[in-house]
Amino acid sequence: MMNNQGRPTAPEAAPSRASKKTFTTNRALQIEEGLIFELGRADVAGVDIGEPAPFDHRLGGLLREEPIGLPGLSEPEAMRHYVRLSQKNHSIDANMYPLGSCTMKHNPRINEAMARLPGFADIHPLQPQSTVRGALELIDVLAHWLMEITGTHAVAMSPKAGAHGELCGMMAIRAAIDARGEAATRKIVLAPDSAHGTNPATAAMTGFSVRSIATGADGVVSAQAARAALGPDVAAIMLTNPNTCGLFERGIVEIADAVHAAGAYFYCDGANLNALMGKTRPGDLGVDAMHINLHKTFSTPHGGGGPGAGPVVFSERLAPFAPVPFVAKDGGLLRLVEHAEGKNLGRMSAFHGQMGMFVRALSFMMSHGGDGLKQASEDAVLNANYARAGLADVMTQPFGDRVCMHEVLFDDKWLEGRASRRWISPRRSSTRASTR
Amino acid sequence: MRFLPHTDRERRDMLATIGVASIDDLFADIPAAKRLDRPLNLPRGKSEAEVARVLGAMAAKNTPAGSLPFFVGCGAYKHHVPATVDHLIQRSEFLTSYTPYQPEIAQGTLQVLFEFQTQVAMLTGMDVANASMYDGSTAAAEATLMAHRIARRRKAVLSGGLHPQYADTIATMSRMSGHDVVSAPWDVLAGEDLAAEIDGSVSCVVVQTPDFWGNARDLAALADACHARGALLIAVFTEAVSLGMLRAPGAMGADIVVGEGQSIGNALNFGGPYVGLFATRQSHVRQMPGRLAGETVDAAGRRGFALTLSTREQHIRREKATSNICTNSGLCALAFSIHLSLLGEVGLRRLARVNHANAVKLADALARVANVEVLNQRFFNEFTLRVKGDAAALVEKMAARGVLGGAPASRLLPGEGLDDLLIVASTEANSDEDRAALVAALETALS
Repeated sequence: MMNNQGRPTAPEAAPSRASKKTFTTNRALQIEEGLIFELGRADVAGVDIGEPAPFDHRLGGLLREEPIGLPGLSEPEAMRHYVRLSQKNHSIDANMYPLGSCTMKHNPRINEAMARLPGFADIHPLQPQSTVRGALELIDVLAHWLMEITGTHAVAMSPKAGAHGELCGMMAIRAAIDARGEAATRKIVLAPDSAHGTNPATAAMTGFSVRSIATGADGVVSAQAARAALGPDVAAIMLTNPNTCGLFERGIVEIADAVHAAGAYFYCDGANLNALMGKTRPGDLGVDAMHINLHKTFSTPHGGGGPGAGPVVFSERLAPFAPVPFVAKDGGLLRLVEHAEGKNLGRMSAFHGQMGMFVRALSFMMSHGGDGLKQASEDAVLNANYARAGLADVMTQPFGDRVCMHEVLFDDKWLEGRASRRWISPRRSSTRASTR
Repeated sequence: MRFLPHTDRERRDMLATIGVASIDDLFADIPAAKRLDRPLNLPRGKSEAEVARVLGAMAAKNTPAGSLPFFVGCGAYKHHVPATVDHLIQRSEFLTSYTPYQPEIAQGTLQVLFEFQTQVAMLTGMDVANASMYDGSTAAAEATLMAHRIARRRKAVLSGGLHPQYADTIATMSRMSGHDVVSAPWDVLAGEDLAAEIDGSVSCVVVQTPDFWGNARDLAALADACHARGALLIAVFTEAVSLGMLRAPGAMGADIVVGEGQSIGNALNFGGPYVGLFATRQSHVRQMPGRLAGETVDAAGRRGFALTLSTREQHIRREKATSNICTNSGLCALAFSIHLSLLGEVGLRRLARVNHANAVKLADALARVANVEVLNQRFFNEFTLRVKGDAAALVEKMAARGVLGGAPASRLLPGEGLDDLLIVASTEANSDEDRAALVAALETALS
């Protein structure tokens, strides 16, 4: 085939340029971009700062005299460097991101605009509480939304991401177990073999050992398997629901009852809350503690790996152990409680949590409203099942072709005998921290 | 709902393709008794204009640092962030990309992290830095756990100059993981000698410079004392700009350096999100928590970047991982890295000098106020005042006059007999007029 100017249109007929070097070494969007340590110079700055008038410093013998080695870029050089680097990324704004295990969704720009209002972005965590009434109000309103969505009694707002929220939940469980005087006997945490790696890592950090429960042939944990693993040595079970295979844990109520009857607590990994909003509430299912990834379900941007925010909701049984700080209401006036009192487990980080993420999340939630959040969950589950229906005849599913929640899991059985495997390993891998 | 693309007709068509009659058939696995049979008790959806009005009204009830003379520090600092930084971090490809587990679609993020790590290593005077932690306080807690693993001991000694909320964060973590903490008395004048505390059970000493009270500390002798007894020195900072003027912790013998990176590239944000910096010696890299971007080559021999040494991390090692951390502070690390690239060596050093010069001018002016004593000998951009009376009450009085004049020590350390201490920070954001306003407000409040 020729086009109307007489050039061949089949790809193999086009003259090959692949072997020719370009002047910039770029090929279309395959951008070659040097490191700042190659582009920058020691005597260049992209920020104009005046030199202070001569004065006597107060640093004694602690002046830094040797070069730091930092490269500097002028402003246009910096602009170009980072824009070019950005173009080497895949992103949700430009493309679909059908990740399992980590909800990726539209990041509305109203959230960014609200988070940048000086009344939120430019306030200090330690300025007098009388000057941050609106910030405390926002935290209080967001906490209310989270408790209503999850059917729970308290929420710790300070955890900084999902894994930090898990740490918070498991610390509360440890504090509760300690308060019962059972620290020496209850040392086991149950987790299914399909659990995300943060679950066993968190249990280990809080001084528990992990006892693994096998996932059943149907992809979920059976109440029978949970009961068999429970005993007087068990402090808690950690379960993700919907689980990492995209399935709702059908035995969850039975499991929760068995866990409570055995004197243990139920930690739920809330990574997949996006499938459940307005449909069922973890608190009603018997969950005692659950973290909520605001950067998943409530769309604060992933930012290439953070920042996140991981508020933890608690049942009545664990609420007294929630960490500081929290917002309390004294006669209609909101007050930040910053120091541990009573059974409180203490402090998990400096200051009051990921305020910038709180603003974005509440903006997202208010935009949806209660009705819209339910619709978002329904649409997520609808989409995953639509993908399942469309691909069921092409790919194989490990637990059969059955209804899934907001993600669908395929395995590689369908590839058997159809493709050859080619293992590509990097020739060299290093952890070079510096180009010096 | 403007964020949801499907029409009702499309939803019906999709249900038909799936082969179910209604959306509730897809939720059939939820036990019937536990399905929510009522709407969530929450307001209905709002238009963008309505959301902006509601949240704007909340924001208007707060007093932004930039709207008045502002001198609060204690671990978070008001600095100017160039407009370029905030523009670049809002690029779709940075803002809305995922954790760079798949290097073939994340070379931009991975190169940024590699550059960030290198900048942090240079700044701290260490060999290797990770791709960030949540913030300075959690980085400090992780550093003590790392030291316990390396030294195979169980006890951390905390300096009386350590930020009280960092000390609390470490204490909570240690209590939960079954480790011990010894906290030195609050050390306002930087006179403590921690060497005597280091016995055979101590894995690390955690010391901050500039410390919570503003004192710049020489760590060299303490580092020697630690090493002589088989312990590690963990150096902490909360003001990253100070590293443009103060000797690097690495040069003073620190084994692990952790700190808060908010000062460079990141807004105050009422305490978060911030960015934890974490650096150590090459020999300890396998005990380090968090992600690490490394340089490698692709199949065609071209330079590329990938997450490396992942066998330390939870997604591979599960309960044997060095930490449970997963999501960190990627976008805040990007902001830090861009701002530091713009500053470069000359810019950072000049920014540090301006900060120090402003603090010196302010300290000298406040020292002349009656009933005020400046307690620090060596300080960077923050210092502690002993005032006559209750510092918290003074702060409220000054706030009523439109000056946010520092943080009372009692806000962080109530009931410790430190009610007459006021901690004051001054950065490049303060003008001569701001300083004059603080002096006048303090004089009035004290009179």
